[in-house]
Order: sequence, then structure tokens, then C-alpha cells
Amino acid sequence: MVTTLHHILANSIVLLALKLGVLLLLLPATLVVGYVELKVMAHMQHRLGPMYAGVYHGWAQTLADGLKFIQKEDIMAAATDRTVFSMVPFITMLGAALTFVVIPFSRHGVIANLDIGLFYALAVSSISVIGVLAAGWASANKYSLMGGLRAAAQLIAYELPLVLAAAAVAMQAGSLSLVSIAEAQRYVPFAIWAQPLGFLIFLAAATAEVSRTPFDMPVAEAEIITGAFTEYSAMKFAFGLFAAEYIAMIGMSALAATLFLGGYVPLFPFLRFVPGPVWFLLKTALIIFLLIWIRWTFPRLREDQLQKFAWKVLIPLSLVNIFVTGALKLAHLT
Amino acid sequence: MGTVPEDLTRVPDLSSTGGLHTEEMVLNVGPQHPATHGVLRVLVSVDGERIVRAEPVIGYMHRGHEKLVEQRDFRQITNLLSRMDWLSGINNEIPASLAVERMLGLEVPRRAQYLRVILAELNRITNHLMFTGSFGLELGATTPVMYAFRERELIQEALELVTGGRMHFGFIRPGGLKEDVPRGFVDLARRGVRQLVAKIPDYEDLLMGNEIFKQRTVGVGCLDAALALDHGVSGPILRACGIPYDIRKADPYLVYDEFEFDTPLGAQGDSFDRFWVLVQEMKESARIVEQALDGLPEGSHIGAVPKRLTLPEGQIYSHAENPLGELGYYLVSDGGNKPYRMKIRTPSFSNISVAAHMLRGAFVPDMIAILGSMFFVVGDIDR
Repeated sequence: MVTTLHHILANSIVLLALKLGVLLLLLPATLVVGYVELKVMAHMQHRLGPMYAGVYHGWAQTLADGLKFIQKEDIMAAATDRTVFSMVPFITMLGAALTFVVIPFSRHGVIANLDIGLFYALAVSSISVIGVLAAGWASANKYSLMGGLRAAAQLIAYELPLVLAAAAVAMQAGSLSLVSIAEAQRYVPFAIWAQPLGFLIFLAAATAEVSRTPFDMPVAEAEIITGAFTEYSAMKFAFGLFAAEYIAMIGMSALAATLFLGGYVPLFPFLRFVPGPVWFLLKTALIIFLLIWIRWTFPRLREDQLQKFAWKVLIPLSLVNIFVTGALKLAHLT
Repeated sequence: MGTVPEDLTRVPDLSSTGGLHTEEMVLNVGPQHPATHGVLRVLVSVDGERIVRAEPVIGYMHRGHEKLVEQRDFRQITNLLSRMDWLSGINNEIPASLAVERMLGLEVPRRAQYLRVILAELNRITNHLMFTGSFGLELGATTPVMYAFRERELIQEALELVTGGRMHFGFIRPGGLKEDVPRGFVDLARRGVRQLVAKIPDYEDLLMGNEIFKQRTVGVGCLDAALALDHGVSGPILRACGIPYDIRKADPYLVYDEFEFDTPLGAQGDSFDRFWVLVQEMKESARIVEQALDGLPEGSHIGAVPKRLTLPEGQIYSHAENPLGELGYYLVSDGGNKPYRMKIRTPSFSNISVAAHMLRGAFVPDMIAILGSMFFVVGDIDR
């Protein structure tokens, strides 16, 4: 019996299907995170949030929102570049979803344990920006164009501190594989020991990467009316903006949880009986909550102020962080 | 014409493009745009994100109030006037009644005068709370608006208890008020302003204490005092420039001279100062309300007013400190029971006229901070 099970699991097609299943779980996950965001935001603002859809505390609100989007008319303006316009939701969602290929849910629960997993994750997470830029251009709308350009400009600002903060983690762990990085944090997460500064830098840069307040200039609704996605409607809007944003947010949170909180590794030795995926989900949820908390507290920065913040504060700090990490490594202190 | 401050006239230096020829883009902001809260339209020419020229286009909500009041008698016009600045109906109605009373020499009972002050200040608070919240919203902070509405609700309830309405009250009559206040109003009003005063530190922490908020507002949209005076700017925006012009003190009407309150003044007239003045004024309004509730005299809510209200031939200018600035009615009577002509001077109209100067040279995100801190109501601009 057991051998049969092993046999089935070893079958590459079954394995592939299982791994694809993980990616398919991302869409329901966006609904869950969307619901959590609605509720957390509401309670921070002295409201109840959704209470009706699905009867019990409005649990089906995001599902109903999704169904609403399906029913909407898919509008494209006459001057739109229709091919590029329609491609955008695929690009933004794909870029966001590809990160999960290398993120370990448990010691062996990883779709592909690449040796350069960290490098890969950071590389694919930037693909979405191409989609946003394309959306800005294809929409034939001035607000969208400004939004697309802002997204591209923002990439220059946050990508460097993001990579530099991750580089310090790679130095600390001595590996680019996310499984090895998680293993290196057995019982002492990097966020507490060795990389607390890197954690803060990464968190700030990740907020900018997923375009959330205070760095949501590319989609600033009060200024440029959701930026590149002004002209989008129906499912293209739901996938291109909402689903992509939430998948990217889950992806960056999962990455941050793996890099700085140890991912699936238990926090305390005596809690080793709790399975890895549970730890991973808890830590990811913690980072997601932080991002939600930040979003509903702060106003929005200006684009030039973000550039100043990135180049004059974050990048020097992350260089200092790398230097200190290297010095401590050489002195065998960490 | 006053002088435009140096930093606002600075047109972007195009040599930074390395000789590359770049085009200006005309961006049509509004009349449907989330940041213009209403149907204001601003035609801005942008060079990248820098505004080279900005031209506010008004008139999308013109309803012809000045003509409409010529068809209504002096009791009916107050209902119409409360629809100009729809956030401060009571304040709109008061100067119209004052004009009629002054021309007729009507005696208004002291209780009515006190109640007018209380209602006007409560209405000023609801107006200011709306702008407090929406300014945060425009800068991307979504939470303050919810807090502001929480405090606003209690005061709205007090106003609703008295007038039965939440926006267009129609409660001020020539000679006094429509009715006396019901039981429970004094307690409710007191509870409302006390809760507000207790919560204002929250707003100050959440917005004015926030580093990002400061970066977005300090030094953004500086308004020169001389320029403001040239354009007839008034209200909190003028006081943010450091000019202590408050009609409640400069030309006291009702019983404002019997209360103790301060006039908060800004230093440099930037967006931050305007917002700061707005929040401080709520505290002062709360002070006035508390004093007026304490000293509320007994008596009638309306004086002896003739059934058929006709004004003698003549003219009068009556003005009052509206939440947004100076609201003035220039009333001409030909001896009938309707105004022969009424020129309305609304605060938002004069205040927004200076926006073109302030927007020049600013970034597009600054435009939102500047327009948001100009505290205008489109119905008040176009009327």
C-alpha cells in the first residue's frame, strides 16, 4: 500500500499536477487575503466591514465581488491597443505568481528548489511592472500613461534596496537557495538576529514593489485615478489589478517570511511537532497583516520623495547592512 | 496684483532634458475627478509631473441662485440659500435673515440669537470635519475620514434633532428661528462637542504628527498674504496666511462679542497651515458652543414679525463668517415682498480664484494637496 502511494507520488505527471495545484490555490488565496484586508481595515476604522454576503460576517464578500466583475461589460476605448491591453492581466498575474515556484512550504514542499532561488524570485517579481507600463501605454489615456511611467520610475527606486537587503541574507545564510536560507534560521530568525535592519529595508521596499500605501503612487486614485488601470473594467480589472496586487502581496510576504522569519522552520524547538506549512502560513500572514496595517495608517508619499527616500536613505543603509554582515561573517561572530 | 511668491513662478528648467525636445501635455482634471469633490474642472498643462499652467474652469453647477431668489419672498429665500454651500446650511441662512432684520429694524430675542450662534458653530464643526477627513483621503490616508465622520455623526444628530434635516436645514427665519429647540438638545450638543474635543488629538497625531503628511504639505502651495488679499480670499485660508480677519470679531453680528474665542493664525500659508487652522477652529467653535449652551437665556425663539414681510426701499450688505470664509449678501429692495436684486458673494468663489497662481510650478500630486487644502464646495463656487 505504502509502496503504491510512493509509486504514485513519484510519478512525474502526478507530481506536476500537484505542483500546479499550488499555483491554482493562489486565486482563492487572493479572495481570502482580500476579505481579511476588508475586515482589518474596517475594524481599524471603527466599522464592521462586510457583514451580509454569506451571512456569517460577510465571509463571501470578495467572492461576490469577483462574480460581480464577471458580469460586467468588458469595455475597451476606441483608441486602445487591444492586443497589448488584453495581454496585461496575464503579465501582471504571471509575474506575481511565478515567485511561488521557489518558495518552500516545508522542507520538501517546494515546486523547484533552485540553487539560485532567491535570484529567481527577485527577478520574476519585477515582471509585473512591464504589464503596468504596457497597460499605461495601451490604454490611450493620459492618467494611465502617468501611472505606467510612475510604476516604471518606482521600480528604479525600490528594486535596489530590495535586492541589497536580500543579498545580505544570502551572505548570512551562505546560499541562494530558499530552502537553505530557511534552514539557516533554525530557531533564530534573521529578523531578530543578524538582519533586523535588512528586514525593515526589505519590508519598505516590498511595500513599494506591490504598490501599496505609502508607496502607491502608480495607482493613486485621488491623483491619477488608479493610474495604469483607469480604462480597465470587468474581469480584466479584477485580474490585472486586484488579483495581481494580492498575489504579489502574498508572494512578497512569503518571500519576506522565508528570508527573515525562517519560513517553514519552527520558531522554538519545543514546537517542532507543528508542521512546516503551518509555520510558513502563520509567518506569511504576519507580514501580510503588517502590510495591511501600514496601508490603512499612512498617507501617500510623492514620487520624487520616494526616490529621495530610496537613494538617500534605503540604499546607503542597505550598503551599510551588507558591510556589517560581511564584517561580522569574517569575524565569525554570526 | 500682488506679487507671486518666487518659488511658485519657477517654471521648470527644460535644459535638464539635455536639449531633447519635450512636449507639454494638457491634462484635463475633472469635471469628474475624485479629488475635485464636485464638478470643478482644472485644465493643467504638465511637463512630466510638473504643472506649467493651471486654469480652473467653473460653472458646471450653476443653478442661478441670484435670479431664483428674485422670485421668492424673504422667508422662502433662506431655504434656497442653504443649498449653496451644502455643508453649512445654517451659516448660509443667517446673513440673509440678518439683512432682512436690519432693514426692518426687527428685534431678535436673545434666546434666538444664542441658538443661532450654537447652530452656526455646530454647523461649522460638521463642515470642518468633512474637510479634515477628505484632506487625508486625498493624500492617500483612508482612515481619518472615517474617524471624522464618527465625530460628525453625533453633531449631525444634534442638528437633526433641532431642524429635522441633515443638510438643508431651512431653520433660520427673519426675526428668529422656525421653532424652539426640543428637549435633550442641550445635552446632545454638549456631548457632541465634548467628544470632538476629546478626539481632536487623534487627528493631530494621525495626520499632523505623521512625517509623510508633513512632507506632503509643509511648504506646498504657499499662499502669499498680499496675493490672497488681492483675490478676496477669506476664512481659514486667509487666516492660514497670518491675517487675523474673522468677521465674528471684525464686525461682530449676533452675540459673538459676548463669547471668548481665539483666532488661530498660520505662519506661512502652506497646505499644512491651512489644515492646522481648520483643526484649531473646530476647537474654538466647540468653546463657543459650550459657552453659549451654558448661558442660554430663556425666552421666545422668534420676535414679532409682520405676517406679510415687505422691506422698505433701500439696500444693505450683510456678511457673516461662513465656515469657508466671508459670505455676503447685497440686498436691494424696491419696497416689495421679494428681493429686487441680491448679489451673493460666496467664499469658495473668491478662494478658488487664487488656485491658478498656487498650482503653477507644483507637481501633480501637489495639485491634490493644494486643491484639498483650499476647502471649497463646488455648489458654493457656482451657486
